[in-house]
Amino acid sequence: MDRRNRFQCDVLVVGGGPAGLAAAARAAEAGAQVAIVDDNVKLGGQIWRASQQHENREATAWVERLRRRNVTILCGWRIFHQVRAGVLLAEGFDDIRELSYSKVVVATGAREKFLPFPGWTLRNVFGAGGLQAMVKSGLAIRGKRVVVAGTGPLLLAVAANLRQHGAEILMICEQASAFALARFAFTLVYEPEKRAQALQLRKQLTGVALSTSTWPLAALGNHVLEGVRISKRGKPQTIACEYLACGFHLVPNTELARLLGCEIDRGFVRVDDSQCTSIPEVFSAGEPTGIGGLELSVVEGEIAGLSAAGKPEEARALFPKRAKARGFAVALAQTFRLRSELARLPSGETIVCRCEDVPFSRLHGYRSSRAAKLQTRCGMGACQGRVCGPATEFLFNWDSDSVRPPISPVRLASLSMVRGLSESAQQSTGGL
Amino acid sequence: MSKITVVINGAVVEVEEGTSVAVAAALALQACRTSVTGQPRGPLCAMGICFECRMTINGQPQSRTCQVVCEPNMDVRTSGS
Repeated sequence: MDRRNRFQCDVLVVGGGPAGLAAAARAAEAGAQVAIVDDNVKLGGQIWRASQQHENREATAWVERLRRRNVTILCGWRIFHQVRAGVLLAEGFDDIRELSYSKVVVATGAREKFLPFPGWTLRNVFGAGGLQAMVKSGLAIRGKRVVVAGTGPLLLAVAANLRQHGAEILMICEQASAFALARFAFTLVYEPEKRAQALQLRKQLTGVALSTSTWPLAALGNHVLEGVRISKRGKPQTIACEYLACGFHLVPNTELARLLGCEIDRGFVRVDDSQCTSIPEVFSAGEPTGIGGLELSVVEGEIAGLSAAGKPEEARALFPKRAKARGFAVALAQTFRLRSELARLPSGETIVCRCEDVPFSRLHGYRSSRAAKLQTRCGMGACQGRVCGPATEFLFNWDSDSVRPPISPVRLASLSMVRGLSESAQQSTGGL
Repeated sequence: MSKITVVINGAVVEVEEGTSVAVAAALALQACRTSVTGQPRGPLCAMGICFECRMTINGQPQSRTCQVVCEPNMDVRTSGS
């Protein structure tokens, strides 16, 4: 490998969302030489990239702090392999790079959780964040009829954003009960900033029906979506629409943490007070350690960055702020817990694994995702179980399968480099 | 904003600059890929996770079109299974 493709730093931050940006800025300001790597074209993560003007200012401010401290920004690079402890490989558009670090902060964020129901593979059925991202990428939504469904605060944000772009939001279907939502709203009373956001959303959604205890039963249409059948407080109803934006809250991206050998506890990366994982060189912040939203991600990122840069005292000063933000995480988990009825949505023919077209009927009788994978190819396709894994965990109570490199599909040319690299690594250490 | 044209399954499509290839395919009413059992599919997550939006871009197969911005005269084709 060419020397210019080798890169070394004190603190490597993986993920350019709120937690990653905060970690990189704090570590660099503490004097560490820092690099931040993200597989997307721009920094900001899903939330800041997709959000509106005023919130983007926050992201811009963080990026400005990185630039002032000469943080190396590697956008469009996807980490896929660990050569040995402290050395990772990343793939770019037509090249690979070797990234060496003393400490790494895993701030890989979360993705939407999807649940299978009849018709969910039709075109124009998107994730909630998915449809918003499509609109951000140029999809004309003006005048289109949209149903937003699933669970979580993202539904409201997405509905407001789509409406701003001219969409006609026919209904927001929230599976949580009115009681759960009311209790959640009550927790916001103690959080002025979040309360202000909630009120703003409410204003933007004036006149839009928000229906609780409501969920999709089936997406209807022939290849392309024409409507959705919902269960609204126990009664079925059909709504004609062009788009369905449907997501069931978030799942943490723990693939990299698992690859690095970090201990996982009930689906999340286990960290101590300093955001350090079970591996001393590896820190983690934001959604991989628990779904807690923007503010918690930022403060966890700050603590992780300071800890990784060897500033435990400064990190400790932020503990109270983090403790407060964690309360919101608990409320989120309680409010948007998935109801058991959702596990009964798929029919026998409903595709569960979209990569390999494995239907629900073929998945009964297995005790683990691994057993099902070997027999049915469920989770064996290109997405490596990122979509069906969390779904089968909910449907069948299976654990996610262990992670194996490469943790994202890469070009053959990149894989061939891996072999050469590990051999040269063995040679260089073999004589010691 | 200026417009550019791309070619999707042989048809010329005009899009705003900055439009993703996944969106261009949707505008052209084309499926991104055909699944292993022959179903037409389009994007789901639009953030590079689900791999439903894979198409062949300028001869490069399995490209995640939600992560690629249209460039003038790009040749984009629906992927087979």
